[in-house]
Amino acid sequence: MPKTIKVDFLTRVEGEGALLIRFKGKRVDKVELNIYEPPRFFEALLLGKPCFEAPDVTARICGICPVAYQMSACHALEATWGVVLPDHLRQLRRLLYAGEWLESHLLHMFLLHAPDFLGYPDAMQMAQDHPEPVRAALRMKKAGNAIVNVLGGREIHPINVRVGGFYRLPTREALQALLPELKWTRETMLESLAWMRGFTFPDLVREQEHVALRHSHDYPFSEGRIVSTAGLDIDVATYEAHFEERHLPHSTALHAVLKQRGAYVCGPLPRLNLNADRLRPAAQQALAVSGLELPCFNPFRSILARGVEVVQAADEAIAIIEAYEPGVPNVPIVPQAGRGHGCTEAPRGILYHRYDISADGSIAGAKIVPPTSQNQGSIEDDLRALAPQLVDLPHADATRLAEQAVRNYDPCISCSTHFLKLNIEHAS
Amino acid sequence: MKQRKKKLAVFKFASCDGCQLSLLDCEDELLAVAGAVDIAHFLEASSRIRRGPYDVTLVEGSVTTEHDALRIQKIREQSKILVTIGACATSGGIQALRNSRDIAEMVRVVYASPQYISTLDTSTAISDHVHVDYELRGCPVNKHQLLSVLTSLLHGQVPRVPSHPVCLDCKRSGVVCVSVVDGTPCLGPVTHTGCDALCPRYGRGCFGCYGPSDTPQVAAQALVLRRQGQSDAQIAAGYASFNVGMQPFAQEFAKGLAKDKR
Repeated sequence: MPKTIKVDFLTRVEGEGALLIRFKGKRVDKVELNIYEPPRFFEALLLGKPCFEAPDVTARICGICPVAYQMSACHALEATWGVVLPDHLRQLRRLLYAGEWLESHLLHMFLLHAPDFLGYPDAMQMAQDHPEPVRAALRMKKAGNAIVNVLGGREIHPINVRVGGFYRLPTREALQALLPELKWTRETMLESLAWMRGFTFPDLVREQEHVALRHSHDYPFSEGRIVSTAGLDIDVATYEAHFEERHLPHSTALHAVLKQRGAYVCGPLPRLNLNADRLRPAAQQALAVSGLELPCFNPFRSILARGVEVVQAADEAIAIIEAYEPGVPNVPIVPQAGRGHGCTEAPRGILYHRYDISADGSIAGAKIVPPTSQNQGSIEDDLRALAPQLVDLPHADATRLAEQAVRNYDPCISCSTHFLKLNIEHAS
Repeated sequence: MKQRKKKLAVFKFASCDGCQLSLLDCEDELLAVAGAVDIAHFLEASSRIRRGPYDVTLVEGSVTTEHDALRIQKIREQSKILVTIGACATSGGIQALRNSRDIAEMVRVVYASPQYISTLDTSTAISDHVHVDYELRGCPVNKHQLLSVLTSLLHGQVPRVPSHPVCLDCKRSGVVCVSVVDGTPCLGPVTHTGCDALCPRYGRGCFGCYGPSDTPQVAAQALVLRRQGQSDAQIAAGYASFNVGMQPFAQEFAKGLAKDKR
């Protein structure tokens, strides 16, 4: 029976952190998710910069989801002046986002998370016994990266996105060349889901509030209202009236919570729980194959939700490419003073940006709330709820299970410029 | 006789994770690389962690805390060959913008309880702290360059990374000059190659992801930018990005700051 579970270096997560769980008898005495990633002060770096630089600067917060930062920044700035893009540009943005979901979800599902379910230290070792799923995953991931590459210019920190649209639009031919691999991905993911539904999922059900965007007719990428399983339904511009970042006692973390109800979850499971009726038919089929029963509140099953979203993203990308006709690459915008809000669905959950713009077009204020700082409270609550299972396991197995519980959220520590160290002491 | 596989390590400092992700983005080569080397320390990819010494160590990110300033010393001791990957590690990254600002004020902008935050006043390149054997530029690095450098090192060869300006890449590949044709401000004439002139290919001016090239002519560059209507402040601000910590970009940026204060 473990007395302490200590992981000095959390692995297979993006960015660096540590984990400590201390038990007193069968009870958890202390849970500490120690994020030692050094802060980079992006909200301060942005001050005084021309506002059109926000998409390129904030992309550098995260190498895994730069498109999410670019999209939230663009939408926030365009909202400042009430700019709405023509449909062909809206569709291309959805296509770019689909590419990022594909590469990010496939990286997490197969290279970072699946080794937990099968008992390997990494995907390279896993590939020695299970070569086919790993090879298929890399090929599917490449199909996602190819979208970002063609439309964005490169996979990491794309250069073709600008406020108002794109610098240059791709030709029909360049996009159509992506179709065969995307179609292959859509089919292959169904096989992967059929395989993954047979994994053993630890039993952990916590009916925490799930939060996601919801759009009038599409599965959410960059538009919609913020809704929750507890009935929240708000305009993005009122985010800060309902959510806040708090300093907890003994903590240097900024912790996003709902002012009224505390911790909540965002990401693939909440998106699916709140938007299953917006899935495309191919993704509905994937949902059936996955065996997920909605609403699902077991975070260990998030890997299946990611798989359903892979099919959704691939299918939507195919539809957008098949209907694509190039038009103007962007709409001209002259910045004026104002305040704008943007919230989009990063692969890990909602990503909120708010900018205050001066009359000369420079940034006077910025606020960025990444998904992982929103999920942090829930990660710790999961670990506490998991404790009764952990105490009865041999130490090595308990450590592995605790790490797996953290990985359920695909935490992106580099993103979370805010949080440094969290320390929760329980009164004994 | 079977040769021992070389031990590869990847370490992260203040960064976005993107440069080490480039390795995982080598979908066609990843399993081959994993078969050719012994991945001894790569936290983002593997839970198997082994001690040094390491034959080749890749370092991503800049030094921004006292703890990290000590950690890089230990990593250097454990590494036969140390390669820095990307703009943060080679120049201090965009977070080096703090070097010219009041760090206490920046902490206050982001954090409600600044007393909890421990950070250095500066963000510095790895080479400001330890000897670096090879540097790979870029925000992010070019994954093909990364693979090529790794391959050279694993075969005991000296990696060759060209250092001419982006401008030359445009001329070589027949990309229409955005500066001459459209009058778009472009840092291509002073920026290090590595991206294959990506931005001009997309009709956009280069914004300096790869930092200064060999002998960059920033004075001549300023003349061109001024002719395109840029003010001195705008010219200086153009260098205030991912390689602001590297000369002469740092000095060009500082000129703008000095003018602001006057």
